[in-house]
Amino acid sequence: MAKAYTPGLLVTRHKKHRIMRRLPIAGDVQVKVGDTVAADDIVAETNLPGDVHPVNLANSMSLPPADVVGCMLKSEGDPIALNEPLAQTKGLFGMFKNTVNSRYEGTVETVSPVTGQVIIRGAPLPVQVRAYMSGTVVDVREHEGCEVEADVAYVQGIFGVGGETQGCIKLACTSHDQELTKDRITDDMEGSIIIGGARMTVDAIRRALEVKAAAIISGGIDDQDLKELLGYDLGVAITGRENLGITVIVTEGFGEISMAERTYEMLKEFEGREASVNGATQIRAGVMRPEIIVPLDAPPAAAAEGKFEEGQLEIGRMLRVIRDPWFGMIGQVSGLPAEPHVLGSGSKARVLEVTFPSGEKAVVPRANVELIEE
Amino acid sequence: MTNLDPDKIKVILATDCGSTTTKAILIQYVDGEYRQTHRGEAPTTVEKPFADVTMGVVNSVTEIAELAGRRLVGDDGRIISPATDTEGCDIYISTSSAGGGLQMMVAGVIAEMTAASAKRAALGAGSIVMDVIAANDGRRPHDQIQRIRDLRPDMILISGGTDGGTADKVVQISELVAPAKPQPRFGSDYSMPIIYAGNKDARESVSEVFSEGGFDLQIVDNLRPVLERENLGPARDKIHDIFLEHVMAQAPGYDKLMGWTGAPIMPTPGAVGDILQTVARLQDINVVGVDIGGATTDVFSVFDETFNRTVSANLGMSYSISNVCAEATMPNVLRWVPFDMNERELRNHVKNKMIRPTTIPQTREALMFEQAVAREALRLAYKQHKEFATTLKGVQQQRTVGDTFSQQTSGKTIVDNMALDLLVASGGVLSHAPRMHQTAMMLIDAFEPEGVTMLAKDSIFMMPHLGVLSSVHPKAAEQVFDRDCLVYLGTCVCAAGQPKPGKTCFKYELTGDRTASGEIVGGQMELLPLAEGESGTITLSPSRGIDLGEGPGKKVQRSVRGGTVGLILDGRGRPLELPEERAACQSTVQGWLDALDVYAEDKEPMAV
Repeated sequence: MAKAYTPGLLVTRHKKHRIMRRLPIAGDVQVKVGDTVAADDIVAETNLPGDVHPVNLANSMSLPPADVVGCMLKSEGDPIALNEPLAQTKGLFGMFKNTVNSRYEGTVETVSPVTGQVIIRGAPLPVQVRAYMSGTVVDVREHEGCEVEADVAYVQGIFGVGGETQGCIKLACTSHDQELTKDRITDDMEGSIIIGGARMTVDAIRRALEVKAAAIISGGIDDQDLKELLGYDLGVAITGRENLGITVIVTEGFGEISMAERTYEMLKEFEGREASVNGATQIRAGVMRPEIIVPLDAPPAAAAEGKFEEGQLEIGRMLRVIRDPWFGMIGQVSGLPAEPHVLGSGSKARVLEVTFPSGEKAVVPRANVELIEE
Repeated sequence: MTNLDPDKIKVILATDCGSTTTKAILIQYVDGEYRQTHRGEAPTTVEKPFADVTMGVVNSVTEIAELAGRRLVGDDGRIISPATDTEGCDIYISTSSAGGGLQMMVAGVIAEMTAASAKRAALGAGSIVMDVIAANDGRRPHDQIQRIRDLRPDMILISGGTDGGTADKVVQISELVAPAKPQPRFGSDYSMPIIYAGNKDARESVSEVFSEGGFDLQIVDNLRPVLERENLGPARDKIHDIFLEHVMAQAPGYDKLMGWTGAPIMPTPGAVGDILQTVARLQDINVVGVDIGGATTDVFSVFDETFNRTVSANLGMSYSISNVCAEATMPNVLRWVPFDMNERELRNHVKNKMIRPTTIPQTREALMFEQAVAREALRLAYKQHKEFATTLKGVQQQRTVGDTFSQQTSGKTIVDNMALDLLVASGGVLSHAPRMHQTAMMLIDAFEPEGVTMLAKDSIFMMPHLGVLSSVHPKAAEQVFDRDCLVYLGTCVCAAGQPKPGKTCFKYELTGDRTASGEIVGGQMELLPLAEGESGTITLSPSRGIDLGEGPGKKVQRSVRGGTVGLILDGRGRPLELPEERAACQSTVQGWLDALDVYAEDKEPMAV
């Protein structure tokens, strides 16, 4: 019998997690296989070529471009300091010389006789790559980076903003369906990863910024609040480079939506532990979702084999409906009709039957559900 | 390129390797004409763990072989060619957009002139243009350099200056590109290809600039040798060559695939452009084509044999839906929805669609909202297209006394909705609409055609296959395009001008397979039955100030072709204006939807 698969977000108490830490260009890897690293340890570093500053000397000295080379006080490859003379005109009988001082510090890279343009390259820009997750170095690629592996508990969110950060998990809400409001953020949450319940408000995020929390995580957020936070309306979901001072992750989606109870209970269990989080989201080719990683001291005692195959739709599986009219509701697959079904929209699509905890049943397109993976 | 005699080609196999799906079609010579007979599809296998595009190709071709009862893949895993009576094909051809397609950066001296020509060349070749750098683009040199550093294009096209003109400006642009050391998308051992298509007098200096730093400089004829003329062919051909030799060669399995094909592999959008140009040329018509996807919308046009293509990078129906709503503004989207919706909830719905792009509308209200967004995405993409598809800018106009009061300048759009003969739709929201009436209505509302225009949709996104086929067998490509590729929705007759509400806009008389006559009043829409395969002649008598193709108030007679929707008469006027007051707008829009039977109940739905 053919199997039907549907994607889901991963929420698990244990997985062997491996991450690649890569330099943008070739450089030095500072760890070796077998090393134990902490999340904020530097594992590799390099220098990016410095910024480039074009200086049009032909214009500034009012000379034909071809004459610029003869007026240069520095040659290609020479270092130059800020305000140091770069070029000087010959003047009239050795007088009325016009000198141009460099507005940049760096090295003279090229002098063009065609355009009279001089390129000054600034000092190299150091780049350091940190481990991000505490664990063991399991592979090193010379001049490129390394792989770090650890036993972790892992939660995949649906959307986030802000990049990699670390901190201690601290609960702000007492249940998975409690709204995360400003008054739930306290001064002792500095540097921590705040866990909420349902929708988080923009005031709560601002308060978290005020207390210098590392990250704030909850079930949902209002689009209007996100717009207020970012200062612009997010057009496409490619995030991770925002400079907000805090990483924000929602686990379920936009609107009034509670965090899945299982996710909340698991994070509650890890309260006080160090975690690494990343809000980077990319929903195009090579999908990237935000993540919460809690490194474990040791793998838990052999967990029971998963009852279901990963990604496979089967009777009894838990799922979340991800589109109206039942958006956000969690239920169990109770029917998998093979024949396509006519939807209220008039389209014909493959569907499944879901039974919600209240006993209510609904027929939804298979494209509109997300499995809850463990 | 194949040396086969086109008359001897009887069995054609074509694939389009998309980012997610590889689609194969079989074209056979049946009863004196070429027809698309079978199709198959399979997941694309460029990414790990397969990392070999030919696996997906073989899988999709195997599906066809099973359906056609014709062996197409040999024991050696290769496509069998040439054909015999029972197996193989005479020619195998392919397009590709896998791995994000072809991505380019272009640079020119003046944004509106040489840089615009360079952008046209890159888009026409089927590329995504990541950015256009120009001396007058408003950015400071170090910001331009930083931007070049941040991009990871497959290649860079540089133009600038007319032949014999000053050389220093284009050299200056080259001097910004070289020190930025742009990194290619694929592989660190890949030399960044630079195509120079600028002033020929600057070639030596430009070569000098790129002599170090690991560039692969290729020089072609100036794409703007004089201000009055573009010469995009050589640059476009060079882009295709580099796409094959460098970009495709880096993608897993493409070296093998290139050995199988009887014609060069083309970027998918480039092939779509080619088939539309072929059809426009052979049928002597003006065509606009649109492909609306999840992330982007491509618009193609051929007016008086001039081809233009634009890619609206962030106008799409899933990944970019939020951007459409932001750019169009929510009130503009909601004007197409004939009922109240809570704006705060809608904003959250839009974002949820963006982060879960594969979901589909389950309720009629959700479908109507998505189709409202589609209208705005298409409208904005077409607006961008019209702004880009212009006569050459910077050209001196010779004026006579008669032109004294004319505001016409160089750079005027060549897109003329009144001269448009055929409007072709493709892309999920248009192709998979539960009723084709919805597709027709979205096209009319967004593109606002004027006069008499044929509407069609690409049945199974076959245009890429036919585009590459048109390079080896234009006749076969055109026959299949007309008979199997297009599903004709019908013809629309749209009045230009501002008719008075309730007053006669135009009178019509239809003769031929169906007969009808009557009048359309200002603001009214009507649907006349004219089924697929039926045709007729329509005689139109517009009121004063209303234009249907021959000038305001002038009588028009045209042949019309039927389709799955019929003959649509539109008396709303152009430019299309909707009432500003919300309740009036809702009832007006509801009236139009009812007139065209757009969301009728109890009709056989389409599978999605």
